[in-house]
Amino acid sequence: MVSEKEIDDALALRHTRQVQEKLKKAKAAVCGLGGLGSHIAGALARCGVGSLHLIDDDRVDLSNLNRQQYTLAQLGMPKPEALKEWLLSFNPYLKICTDCVRMTEENTGELLKDDPYICEAFDQPETKAMLTNYVLEHFPERYLVGASGMAGFGESNRIHTRRITSHYYLCGDEISGIETCGSLMAPRVMLCAAHQANKMIELILQGGRES
Amino acid sequence: MVKINGKETKTQGMSLLQYLVQEGYHTERLAVECNEEIVPRSRYAEKILRDGDVLEIVSFVGGG
Repeated sequence: MVSEKEIDDALALRHTRQVQEKLKKAKAAVCGLGGLGSHIAGALARCGVGSLHLIDDDRVDLSNLNRQQYTLAQLGMPKPEALKEWLLSFNPYLKICTDCVRMTEENTGELLKDDPYICEAFDQPETKAMLTNYVLEHFPERYLVGASGMAGFGESNRIHTRRITSHYYLCGDEISGIETCGSLMAPRVMLCAAHQANKMIELILQGGRES
Repeated sequence: MVKINGKETKTQGMSLLQYLVQEGYHTERLAVECNEEIVPRSRYAEKILRDGDVLEIVSFVGGG
């Protein structure tokens, strides 16, 4: 078994010790564990973000495997548990908290009470709007990175990260919805997830910068 | 003039809700910031758009 120190040293070798320690101390919530959230959590965990809070009420379904980070052996498992299993397979020392519940206006405040960094990674526009409005209204000091528009294929460079306020960033092309494009595919969803994870790492390491 | 998603727009004293309905937005899929602050959804009707306001309307589409 690889020790925690060996993993920390390997990460420090890649990131420098100072960066590694900052990432290890950070805690991020990922709300929605589909094509976006499963890849965001994977990227943050690979970087060594020490504490992750995984939230989703769904179970792994065969129709998810075209773009989400799950396996056939995990069909039927609650997504937070299945994702945790995978994340721990490459870093068993991560602190991972799971909540297999549907986020609503009533429980969001309690669920996110200890999470300074929040990723909105849902698939339904109404749920995206609910979480975004809730966090911006009730937790204005937290950082929120959300997504809208990553359906279809091609047009990689239309996926962008846009500053909405100093604490809220939006990734995606803001246009391509499943409603109009009819498909969701791994490459474009992963591009958007990478934008979100990359912004989150920047916020953890440097805070929100103006402009 | 009100700056809405980067564009100078004539809103002539409309409420935010009137503007959103006129433009065909689904209000349950939106997050709206005015001058860097979220406008709570319960206040769309009473929020009057004023000259110089800077508005960001995020309209979510499905997929994730």
